[in-house]
Amino acid sequence: MRNRSLLILTTAVTAGALTLTACGSRDDKGGSDGGASGGVTVTIGLDAPLTGELSALGLGIKNSADLAVQTANKKEYVKGVTFKLVALDDQGQPSSGQQNATKLVADKSILGVVGPLNSSVAESMQKVFDDAKLVEVSPANTNPSLSQGPNWATGDKKRSYASYFRTATTDAIQGPFAAQYVFNKAKKTKAFIIDDKKTYGAGLAGTFKGEFEKLGGKVIGTEHVNPDTKDFSAVATKVKSSGADVVYYGGEYPAAGPLAKQIKEAGAKVTVVGGDALYSPEYVKLAGAAAAEGDIATSVGSPIESLPSAKEFLANYKNGGYKEAYEAYGGYSYDSTWSIIEAVKKVVDGNGGKLPDDARAKVVEAMQSVSFDGVTGKVSFDEFGDTTNKQLTVYTVKNGAYAPVESGTFGG
Amino acid sequence: MNELPQQLVNGLLLGSMYGLVAVGYTMVYGIVQLINFAHGEIFMTGGFGALTVWLILPGGTTLWIALPLMIIGAVLVATTIAVGAERLAYRPLRGGPRLAPLITAIGLSLALQQAVWSLYPEAKSARTFPQIPGGPIELGPVTIQTGDVFLLIAAPVCMAFLAFFVMRTRTGRGMQATAQDPDTAKLMGVNTDRIIVIAFALGAAFAAVGAVAYGLKYGVVDYKMGFLLGLKAFTAAVLGGIGNIYGAMIGGVVLGVAETMATAYISHIPGMSQLGGQSWADVWAFVLLIVVLLARPQGLLGERVADRA
Repeated sequence: MRNRSLLILTTAVTAGALTLTACGSRDDKGGSDGGASGGVTVTIGLDAPLTGELSALGLGIKNSADLAVQTANKKEYVKGVTFKLVALDDQGQPSSGQQNATKLVADKSILGVVGPLNSSVAESMQKVFDDAKLVEVSPANTNPSLSQGPNWATGDKKRSYASYFRTATTDAIQGPFAAQYVFNKAKKTKAFIIDDKKTYGAGLAGTFKGEFEKLGGKVIGTEHVNPDTKDFSAVATKVKSSGADVVYYGGEYPAAGPLAKQIKEAGAKVTVVGGDALYSPEYVKLAGAAAAEGDIATSVGSPIESLPSAKEFLANYKNGGYKEAYEAYGGYSYDSTWSIIEAVKKVVDGNGGKLPDDARAKVVEAMQSVSFDGVTGKVSFDEFGDTTNKQLTVYTVKNGAYAPVESGTFGG
Repeated sequence: MNELPQQLVNGLLLGSMYGLVAVGYTMVYGIVQLINFAHGEIFMTGGFGALTVWLILPGGTTLWIALPLMIIGAVLVATTIAVGAERLAYRPLRGGPRLAPLITAIGLSLALQQAVWSLYPEAKSARTFPQIPGGPIELGPVTIQTGDVFLLIAAPVCMAFLAFFVMRTRTGRGMQATAQDPDTAKLMGVNTDRIIVIAFALGAAFAAVGAVAYGLKYGVVDYKMGFLLGLKAFTAAVLGGIGNIYGAMIGGVVLGVAETMATAYISHIPGMSQLGGQSWADVWAFVLLIVVLLARPQGLLGERVADRA
């Protein structure tokens, strides 16, 4: 009997191991102790996946935020205030995100936080920040419920956290925007919708489905996948036999790449379409350039390479000597960071050049009325804390790399 | 239902990979009653071993020349780490309480994961693995990818080799003897320490072949790939009857086919659409495991559990 009980024990331990490996976070102090001396130091916190599968995006966010901090210090944008960046790694895990949020709140010099990347991580952080009246500006969260409350889809929009802002456009717009492009321009009518059951993926898939059906397209299959596995062969066979001509995937590139590869290999003649989390060179790498050819991703904002307002950012980023690319959210991270700097400036200017005692609450207040010309265009926030700059762009994979097809603003 | 043959092949392929890794769990368990939780990570290091060989080879090398070298590289890396782990981590604890090596195995698993994560260049995100060129092979209703051909050949060959080794060679018989009764085997002149090392090495070599198949099939290797697959392989080993090498392979195939079938068909059952689909496949696989263990606590082919209690 000893063996049997050992086996049971082992199984229990295995289950424990499953949870354990997901924990743990690493600190990464951003190397941006600006040059200016005198006055007070205001720290801007940052939370993003700096390691793990999403680290390409996370490091782009961190570098761009760092650039904003450096620029503000160099220009002495806020007199008497030196900015400093502290970057924490959440590995894309909500549990790590919450630990980081607690850490950031405890550091009294922090007056604002940039991040996180994942909507699911943001969910775990919002309350911690709001309780501490610490402003949070995300460059990448696209789930509508983060700002507009859980019942946004039925029109019952309610802001849950006054301290939460974002420079990213929401899925409420991204999904329908993709649906319109796929139905009207790409002329696809039979969709197979797959999501990864995460806050981001399921939200995106749901809004795509709604608009696609409204336009007259047919949803001929839905599937939910487990993004931790790499074997999607069964799903790929289902897609093939369904006869769909387009697959919409609500999820992120680590699973989307192998999924797209296996769907195409199974012989399904489909275009894979996804949201901004597919808009990464990593997607093409994982799916294989040949398989990814013609696939479509929407992303919030316009490609910053094409915006006149982004010229300075692009040049400075290049001169900054960052090892990693700014990726999809670079411009938005810069704007998020800059909006915190603007809000701090407002607070300092409004208090005779000094930081007030309740600086955190004052920054939250000031953030609501921030307005400036950022990398991605005009940056300001509506009554929910969402960006008023609702640009979107459709990208398609051409010769192994994403190329913009068309940009537009969505009125919705 | 015309997708059934394809789904069966999908399941068979996935199951063969589980089986290749499960052999390592079951062999080590059969001989030293240790569940080697680091085995999934040994599988992973095999994948990175093969990738390293590919990266070292000059750019223009075709995969047909590179593949044998990659397999050798994978096997070398995986067996070295497995044998090293046995020598340095498990052997000093042999004879101690059963829990000690088990906890060590879990620690080793985390250590290996983190070591690859932090030391291997660019391993912080998934690394692409070379692909077999050429289009898929159509066999009637079934499509087989070029990347799967390797697995389709390697799995039966490996199993045939193992069966031959265990049944026909002197060392293999020594292994059987050690599994039945280590003390008596020692009295009969079997070098049990050597047998244990061979069991670890063989298991690691199988896992390494599985890792090459994984890379060719999915096109990527990453530092986490051994975790979930290792758990599944362990499940396959228990399902087939832990300690029984044929059971490991059969358990793997049953598990793979069950997962695929659950993905493909559960959602078609009226009223079950919420419980179908790939995200529920693991749940159904474990339901199957529980049902099998209720009916046959020793697993599908297991028999040895009783005489070791």
